[in-house]
Amino acid sequence: MTMFTAHEVKLEVFEGPLDLLLYLIKKNDLNIRDIPISRITADYLAIVEVLKDLNLNAAGEFLVTAATLMQIKARALLPAPSSEAEEEMDPRANLVERLLEYQRYKEAAKHLEQKLQSHKDVHYRGAPLLADGDYTMEASLFDLLDAFREVLENLKPRVREIDSEDVPLEVKIKDILGYLADRPYATFKEILTRERTRRALISTFLAVLELIRLRQIVARQMESFGDIRVYRAEALPRELTVEYATAEAEPTPAAPLPDEPPPPTEG
Amino acid sequence: MERDERRKVLELLLWMTDRPLKPAELLRVLGDDAPLEMELRDDLAQLGRELDERQSPMQVVEIAQGYQLASRPAFSQWVRRLYKEKTALRLSPSALETLSIIAYKQPLTRGEIEDIRGVDVTGVVETLLERKLIKIVGRKEALGRPLLYGTTTDFMRQFGLRSLDELPRLDELIPSEEAAPAAPPVDAAPAAVNAAGDNPEAPHA
Repeated sequence: MTMFTAHEVKLEVFEGPLDLLLYLIKKNDLNIRDIPISRITADYLAIVEVLKDLNLNAAGEFLVTAATLMQIKARALLPAPSSEAEEEMDPRANLVERLLEYQRYKEAAKHLEQKLQSHKDVHYRGAPLLADGDYTMEASLFDLLDAFREVLENLKPRVREIDSEDVPLEVKIKDILGYLADRPYATFKEILTRERTRRALISTFLAVLELIRLRQIVARQMESFGDIRVYRAEALPRELTVEYATAEAEPTPAAPLPDEPPPPTEG
Repeated sequence: MERDERRKVLELLLWMTDRPLKPAELLRVLGDDAPLEMELRDDLAQLGRELDERQSPMQVVEIAQGYQLASRPAFSQWVRRLYKEKTALRLSPSALETLSIIAYKQPLTRGEIEDIRGVDVTGVVETLLERKLIKIVGRKEALGRPLLYGTTTDFMRQFGLRSLDELPRLDELIPSEEAAPAAPPVDAAPAAVNAAGDNPEAPHA
């Protein structure tokens, strides 16, 4: 109903509840380790009210922290905790820790930004791996399905019937990434025709889809209905940028990858 | 192979490559003519000085644990013109924060990033993936097997990092008013590593 979603409305100033708290602490010249909780809670809630008016969804994230603040405030009114165990659970200490940690990352981000600024004028060569013509369209799911169907039909009928064991998707994923690791690209058919059984073929197809979804690989075509080439996302020349990716040594993920296969396929 | 010639070969290799070459790779290419790694690094330093003396528009850069030739900043505008200005990387503060969390704590999941930032980071992570500053490095062996993210070689190149160790230690990154927790902030402390006197007052735009 509202024109903006929480995602679209960028709260440039305070990105989240922690930013807001840090802002209030800073503005009031307070010490993080010694926040006057009633005051900060009041200030915080006042701003959250405004946020609610502006943007309904974003306020949700802020309300969680508001609850924490009020919990801290309530505790402050009670007698001091008796046991040490209770002390450790102190939501206030917890919040302070989070703020301090978050603040460190904000500093780290500033440091990174300086690095970025000081290196923005240094350019690296990116030897294009491909001809200009390769900068074209990304193959659609239908292109992939069509090529898949063709390969499936061309499987030798006898072979097609052998019902081999299921090949786990993650095995295929590693296999494909491994295959792409030492070449600039492979054609989609080339990847498929490495398989001899129907099941393995299906697994491979699903693995390709999953890798595309995860942006680990990209399938491209030079022309409509043309051959589909599959590139490792990192080996892909970026259009009009100077820096190119990287034949990194370890393209294969450490832990086995996905197991939930993407939706529809059987051809 | 004479040292002079070896330097020429190295210059050629660093010019040809589109990614930083690690010393081990250079040694492998040199094969029988490979010197000790120490000498190799020496040659590379010497090559760097040569390019300086020659006032070459290129420089030897040690980056992402390897070496590569790069343009000198003074010549940046020409590269930009060649590539129609599309060379600058711009990141929002939230993207930078998310990136720094990943750089320090990798590999980690989106949920772990959100725990630190206190906000949803789905969109930001997508952007960073698109810019190839981060990549998926695996899945965490935990409930739901969430994806794990880490930084890329491109990240190191864009930010001019030789290695991740070059990042300042997190506990050194203490904003000034925190350095003296007991005392009121006033002018408390050495703002440490983070020189450039950026004003922490304004959440950078």
